[in-house]
Amino acid sequence: MTNTVTSTVWTLQRGEATRGRVRAAWRALRRNRAALIGAFILLVWFFIALTAPYIIPYDPDQQNLADRLQPPNITHWFGTDELGRDIFSRVLYGARISIPIGLIVVALSSLMGMFVGGISGYIGGLFDEIVMRVADAVLAFPSLVLAMAITAALGPSINNAMLAIVVVLWPTYARVMRGQVLAIKSMEFIEAAHAIGVPNWRIFLRHVLPNSYTPILVKATLDVGNAIIIAAGLSFIGLGAVPPTPEWGAMISMGRLKFAQWWIATFPGLAMFTVIIGFNFLGDGLRDILDPRIRRRA
Amino acid sequence: MRLWQYILRRIVFMVPLLISVTLMAFIVSHLVPADPLGMVLSERAMNNPEIVQAYRERWGLDKPLHMQYLIYVWNLLHGDFGDSIATQRPILRDLAQFLPATLELTLAAMVFTIFLGIPFGVLAALYRDRWPDHLTRVLSTIGVSVPVFWLGLLLLNALYFHLRLLPGPGRLDPYITPPPTRTGMITVDSLLAGDWRAFWSALRHLFLPALVLGSYTMGTVSRITRSSLLDVLAQDYIRTARAKGLAEWTVILRHALRNALIPTVTVVGLSFGDLMSGAVLTETIFSWPGMGRYAVLAASYLDLQAIMGVTLVIAFTYVVVNLLVDILYAIIDPRIQVGT
Repeated sequence: MTNTVTSTVWTLQRGEATRGRVRAAWRALRRNRAALIGAFILLVWFFIALTAPYIIPYDPDQQNLADRLQPPNITHWFGTDELGRDIFSRVLYGARISIPIGLIVVALSSLMGMFVGGISGYIGGLFDEIVMRVADAVLAFPSLVLAMAITAALGPSINNAMLAIVVVLWPTYARVMRGQVLAIKSMEFIEAAHAIGVPNWRIFLRHVLPNSYTPILVKATLDVGNAIIIAAGLSFIGLGAVPPTPEWGAMISMGRLKFAQWWIATFPGLAMFTVIIGFNFLGDGLRDILDPRIRRRA
Repeated sequence: MRLWQYILRRIVFMVPLLISVTLMAFIVSHLVPADPLGMVLSERAMNNPEIVQAYRERWGLDKPLHMQYLIYVWNLLHGDFGDSIATQRPILRDLAQFLPATLELTLAAMVFTIFLGIPFGVLAALYRDRWPDHLTRVLSTIGVSVPVFWLGLLLLNALYFHLRLLPGPGRLDPYITPPPTRTGMITVDSLLAGDWRAFWSALRHLFLPALVLGSYTMGTVSRITRSSLLDVLAQDYIRTARAKGLAEWTVILRHALRNALIPTVTVVGLSFGDLMSGAVLTETIFSWPGMGRYAVLAASYLDLQAIMGVTLVIAFTYVVVNLLVDILYAIIDPRIQVGT
């Protein structure tokens, strides 16, 4: 009975502590103007991505040769491309492609990096040595160039491009995570858990992982923009999204040699730029809030 | 430890990295495509058993994997990257032809990165939380957020097509005879030849692509300079320097900046890889005949060997630049030699 009461009280306190921390983080976020602007931009874009099929004025793939290469006007706000497709509709619809690409790629590479790097740091030894050498090898290649080679080897497609970007991005996460785990591993509460006989996997999942994800979260937020740029870059050179897909990089590529029709490349690029800046502002803000060292310095 | 011992140690450390780099390249070009032969040979050649056999023997595809890797490295060491499908020439010859243009562009971008990035960072630190700091922060965020290929198109459109302030894509004006090739970098070659007209034209052509390419790294460099200068300015010896009545600019330039630049050197060195990566897209936009454009051409033919050639050259350059940065580091910061 006493035991249950104590544990209930403890759970309650812990719940409050978590809620308190969330509230504190929210307050800090509200004070951080850049982070707020970033969050706002992203909310708008998420809304556009979710509702695009209902709010776009034209079918993004519908060609209308009579209306080709029109400059921005009342009926076509962002003008039309070579095939007479409405660029405004294509740009909004493109949010459903480019934003998920960035999110999925970063989610996969950060999870992979966290687990591989975490385990590598936790168990050490030969496994650690091999993982770190593989990470070094990947990091010795500039990311876009290696992603290009992998995509070319797998065959050009948006899925292969995403896979290639995961391959080039995970090592940095593995390194950060490994560093975190090495630092936490030697702390007293881990030693205490060992002493009372908690199995290794449980210590890793319950104590090590939750205490080391903060820098990963910041890095992941900042990396979404990066992933979108690499994916768009691959599409731009013809290794990512295949033509009719309204992917922003592929759309910019269509306007590459059309200087007089500036609107073809400008609007998809502007869309991409605002999304990336949203993630970067939010990521910078999160870092200010979550990293106590920087907070003190600022 | 002496400087040469330190350098020797660094070079020895490079060996495992080079092994893993070649291993990585081997995996991508031999194991990832379902049939590497299909990537290299045309359909007609695939139907000719003699050609297939000859190719298998040359690259050792009939041998066990570890032998294949050794043959691969052996060929690389002899400069044999294979033949390009796109240009029908040995890849090494292509690379030798295209590398100087990329180096010229990358080095020029580096100049922008250093000579704009560092002063911006210093200004931001000195006027912390005032408008120069905010402006630098906004500019550097824009710098890292804007896709280079889009920025390049925008600026080319505005400054060349609409305003006619700068020349269009390419390395020289069409009516100017290129200087005799010595280094392959037109700015250097025209200077060596004493051809000022060609030099001016090359410089004007170089300006915009280099600025665009450098925009990304400029942001990172100014940020790291800012934060490291802020750290240094809070140190005791700066207070001492001020207390003994030194002029403020002496304190900043001679005492603070020199120490603050150490992390900046690392970031500048590491940004070399980003610049070479960015060169791929920048060259495509500015029709700059470098390795990036070659890689994109190769990609359109799915010419995997040629892409791998470019990738390897860039990775090797990156590794060597990192070595140079480490050495430079030991020279400007004597503590590093003592520490290791």
